Amino acid sequence: MLDLQLLAQAATDETLIDAMAKIGGGFAYGLAAIGPGIGIGYVAGQSVQAMARQPEAAGMVRTTMFLGIAFAEALALIGFVVFILIGAL
Amino acid sequence: MTLGAFEFPPVSHLFEWPEIFLKDTPFAVNKTVLLMWLTVLIAGGIFIVAGRNFQKIPGKFQSLVESIVNFIDNGIVDEVMGPGNRVWSPYLATLFLFIFLLNIFEIIPPISFPGTSRMAVPLFLALLTWVIFIVVGFAKQGPRYITNSIFPPGVPKPLYVLITPIEFVSVFIVTPFSLAVRLFANLFAGHLLLTAFFLLTASLWAANVSAVALPLPLFMAIFLTGFEILVSFLQAYIFTTLTAVYISNSLHPHH
Repeated sequence: MLDLQLLAQAATDETLIDAMAKIGGGFAYGLAAIGPGIGIGYVAGQSVQAMARQPEAAGMVRTTMFLGIAFAEALALIGFVVFILIGAL
Repeated sequence: MTLGAFEFPPVSHLFEWPEIFLKDTPFAVNKTVLLMWLTVLIAGGIFIVAGRNFQKIPGKFQSLVESIVNFIDNGIVDEVMGPGNRVWSPYLATLFLFIFLLNIFEIIPPISFPGTSRMAVPLFLALLTWVIFIVVGFAKQGPRYITNSIFPPGVPKPLYVLITPIEFVSVFIVTPFSLAVRLFANLFAGHLLLTAFFLLTASLWAANVSAVALPLPLFMAIFLTGFEILVSFLQAYIFTTLTAVYISNSLHPHH
């Protein structure tokens, strides 16, 4: 009986819901940063290899590398925006 | 909130912006609007002053502006849209200079505030790009524009059930959203980090904490300022390049 009462109280407790939402926001950004981290590392590594194989193509490879990095980074930043929105509202 | 004898403003100040003139009307003027007016004056002024007394052998200022226009012409328009599309070069050059100037205001001390860190500005620019590439698509390819974009050629027939919704969402719905969020989030994150580290330095100084810990946030802030110069230029370049890519996709459909 006491457990059910505690559970019911926790489900409607304002500060607890607020705190849990903020922890969720932290989780959101942490998980969102894993994929782009791997992706950006892979893109940069492959572009270094390409530039080492054929130094004449370095300019074009560098431009495409920046483009690929910006695409992958956008996903991490969407997670960051979610974190900020949850934290401030 | 006072921490170590230093008054921290509440976090909500990052999201509220007071209006200066014409309060409570749709034309209210706040800091972002003033910054945009200043940027228009500077960017417009640069091009107008360089274009006056146009000479075959350019002087110093004219060759500086010519190098900016050449960077957009050769680096973005020729590479992405193919030669013969120089018609788009004025719009892309203006877009690039506008975004770059708004971004670079973040590290200039009296105005440590990037104009693009309020969602309205990148959202408007992204919606402008979206409207432009849809209108160009309809003008160039007629009513078949939509079927041309969402049915890529060379795909076996049964796969179209899977690919078509993905293509539709990714071309027509996600593009303005991702353009806007990329620019906004990069600049907002940079502004937030710079604010945090400089405030930390100021509060350590005000609290007279031992001088060993004081240079650490300061060095971090200096490093971040250098990084923000790179990010400002890169985000302006990426926005302009992606705009050129989307417009060129409308001009030249996949065959």
